[in-house]
Amino acid sequence: MEAIDMVKSSYIRELFAKGLREDMRKSSEFRKIKITPNVIENAEGSAQVDLGATRVLAGVKLDLGEPMEDTPEEGTLAMSAELLPLASAEYETGPPSPESIELARVVDRGIRAGKCVNMPSLFIEKDKVWNVYVDVYVLNFDGNLFDASELAAMAALVNTKVPEYEDGKVLREKRVKELKIDNIVTSATFAKIDGGILLDPDGNEESAATTRLTVATDGKFVRAMQKGLGGNFTTNEVDEMAEMAMQKHDELKKHIESR
Amino acid sequence: MASKANRPELIVHGKRLDGRALDELRPLKIEASVLKNADGSAYLEWGRNKVLAAVYGPMETQPKHMADPTRAIIKCRYAMAPFSSLEEHGRTGPNRRATEISKVTREVFENVVMLNEFPGSMINIFIEILQSDGGTRAAGITAASVALASAGIHMRDLVYAVSIGKVGEHLILDLNMLEDNYSDSDMPMAISPRNDNVLLLQMDGEYTKEELHKAMEMAKEAGKTISKIQKDALKHVYKKVAEKYESE
Repeated sequence: MEAIDMVKSSYIRELFAKGLREDMRKSSEFRKIKITPNVIENAEGSAQVDLGATRVLAGVKLDLGEPMEDTPEEGTLAMSAELLPLASAEYETGPPSPESIELARVVDRGIRAGKCVNMPSLFIEKDKVWNVYVDVYVLNFDGNLFDASELAAMAALVNTKVPEYEDGKVLREKRVKELKIDNIVTSATFAKIDGGILLDPDGNEESAATTRLTVATDGKFVRAMQKGLGGNFTTNEVDEMAEMAMQKHDELKKHIESR
Repeated sequence: MASKANRPELIVHGKRLDGRALDELRPLKIEASVLKNADGSAYLEWGRNKVLAAVYGPMETQPKHMADPTRAIIKCRYAMAPFSSLEEHGRTGPNRRATEISKVTREVFENVVMLNEFPGSMINIFIEILQSDGGTRAAGITAASVALASAGIHMRDLVYAVSIGKVGEHLILDLNMLEDNYSDSDMPMAISPRNDNVLLLQMDGEYTKEELHKAMEMAKEAGKTISKIQKDALKHVYKKVAEKYESE
């Protein structure tokens, strides 16, 4: 750990001991959320999410392609995430880091397990389906990329239009039909600091955290989870966090659906 | 360049398909200091292009063996988002084209940044093309200039860039994607407005000597507008800061 992280970490822990957070939030409170849909007109769908000072942009492209062997009558979905070097002094250029791959896979699992995108509607004809690509671009880092990225990916998909397909050609200028979305998944990420649990950790809080848990849910079921960092949770704590994630779902869903 | 056989009529009655005159720029908007973590940044919209540029540094050089004890080094990354074009999903990360643009962009700024002020250190320039519609390298350089200035890095000048192309017998300023695809020539330039020195020059196609001369004159004329928008973006940041302190 670098010296600066140790200073931040001890500051956060001192505050926490007094029951406080840097920005005076409650332990179960998200930072201010702002979703701006359709920021990239060239993409089939897009959305920018500001979660406090964390800013991510998700773009969706639809390409003609082949189905997977085991699902010949369904489209495909591919998720990627890039921790852009302009988002933080810590991020470097080069091949995808383990952190960016974990981020993409966790966001992907929630959306896939929640059956959010109607995959059969992406079938065109035999051996021809739409391949859906969702790219999450992290533009500024201040903690909790998981929830910001889940929101951005989900909001971009909700706002995605399918190009027209005529005589073997993709007409991207003609995009009227909406991508069929069957379910909306949101996530809530928690950080454990000195035995206490905080929702939506910012960058400083993440550097003080010993353990992290992301819970993705559609309000009815828990759809995906990912525990991170070296620490641990009790099963009671996991119960509480799952409960909290489900409680927060409606509030987050409203942000995704507002256009 | 796409085949000329199916080229649409790019110029009709002296106007271009998007209604512009031959020597008219697309609408250009720049906002400085838009990213919280970066030392300097700028967001630029130029026609349908959307570009984010950020600067980190001067900072400790990594890897250390690259450090130059006499001056700062500049690193530059230009990359296009995989969702940035109206075409298919692009591949992530810089390809050969992006690597070349990163190199020539770095060389532009090596000319104007006061590198001797920060020996041994490194300045990182990151240019992300979020949406592309022709002329993205010019847009990237124009944005990166503002990002460097907003980072407080001393420069000899505030560089701008623009592209000049040719369709048939006409020279056109600031090509969009469609014009870029079907034009006979394309020439992006980066210029230092203080002395009109050329800092980036690339070209392919066909220009007579006379056309080349006229094209460069067109770039300089457009530069007056671009420079003003760059400076206004920077002034706006300081105005906002001043207002904030006056109101407190």
